[in-house]
Amino acid sequence: MAEEKRGELGSELSRRQFFTKLGLGSLSIAAVGTAAFSYQYLEPNVLYEPSPVVNAGKPDRYPLDSVTLDVNNGIYIIHSQEGYFSLSAVCTHLGCLTAWKQELGIIACPCHGSKFEQSGKKIEGPAPKPLPWKRVWLNDDGDLLVDRSTDVPPLARDSFVRV
Amino acid sequence: MAKTADEYFDELQQTRVWRSIFRSGTGSSTLKRALAIQQNVFLHLFSTKVRTRMLSFSATWYLGTLTLGTFLILVATGIPLMLYYHPSAPQAYADTKDLQFVVSSGMFLRNLHRWSAHAMVFLVFAHMFKVFYRGAYRTPREFNWVIGVVLLLITLLLSYTGYLLPWDQLAYWAITVGSNIASAVPIVGDKIHFLLLGGNAVNANALLRFYVLHCMILPLAAIFFVAIHFWRIRKDGGLYSHASEPATLRAAAKDTTAVTGAR
Repeated sequence: MAEEKRGELGSELSRRQFFTKLGLGSLSIAAVGTAAFSYQYLEPNVLYEPSPVVNAGKPDRYPLDSVTLDVNNGIYIIHSQEGYFSLSAVCTHLGCLTAWKQELGIIACPCHGSKFEQSGKKIEGPAPKPLPWKRVWLNDDGDLLVDRSTDVPPLARDSFVRV
Repeated sequence: MAKTADEYFDELQQTRVWRSIFRSGTGSSTLKRALAIQQNVFLHLFSTKVRTRMLSFSATWYLGTLTLGTFLILVATGIPLMLYYHPSAPQAYADTKDLQFVVSSGMFLRNLHRWSAHAMVFLVFAHMFKVFYRGAYRTPREFNWVIGVVLLLITLLLSYTGYLLPWDQLAYWAITVGSNIASAVPIVGDKIHFLLLGGNAVNANALLRFYVLHCMILPLAAIFFVAIHFWRIRKDGGLYSHASEPATLRAAAKDTTAVTGAR
């Protein structure tokens, strides 16, 4: 082994130490790069998922004081005295589809027993949060549209659609 | 003069072809029997000598070996099941039904795979409790306990990823609930949920990811850690340590040494 010179000004590296550091340094940079590209690869850039905007049809399909579950889209269309509004039907606990219990007048989750009022307010856990309200509006054809990706404040004036 | 089957077999073992494959040679001397273990790629993970007491049923209840047995059954049944299964929605559900009602022996393979999976989860836990109560995790085996915990997690993940593959209602909602539990991880929870499913909901991407995890990544990880697990058992002095044995049993035992491996 070559003698190591330490403590001198400039702390000289031997040729072997230099190449070891260069090699390990390049490998580390390559490893970080590979990790970054692997992460990007695992994250899909395009998703072929259904559109968050749902056409719920003509409002007159929903009688006054009714709660209608759209099973395929995971939303409730509710026609109340104040107007039409939409609730997410996906339980805030672990994502099960809830169901409207006509005879009890509540929304209940079959998985772990969470209960909600018709307005989405939580009655009983384990759900941590109320069911969120979704944005509703009428399009030019007079169809009721729901945007599942946009939450709106519960019971607020603008959260209803009046026909 | 007619030869017996044993004589034919002895003759076969003397041939040049046989000897080129099995180099340890024939005979029942201690050396030959030790070589038979040491020179075999599969068996060389194990020690050439073990105490007979360690092979007694009461020492381990054979729980680790039985777990390996269920794992081998799962590999042997899982591979043929893959031949009829497309990991795509909604084809996966139809394929599962076909396996059950149309493919010859399909129902047998599928049920054997399912029940072995249940048995493996049970045996892994039983093995863990046995090791715990006998104190077999103590020095120098602490790290093998850690590897055991990794193997427990891999077993549970294998069970979980396999659950989605039939693509029925039970599978769909179980994975919806299970993946939402992953979202509860602080800060990165939603990211884990997204990467695991390859999207925001359980759909075709999720099915394919779970399939690859179930059939490739997790089994390979399991084999890797099982190899380390077995190797360390040998390096740490055999199936269980004398220190973990009750003193009365230790005193009463005839401490004979046996050499494993025949011929």
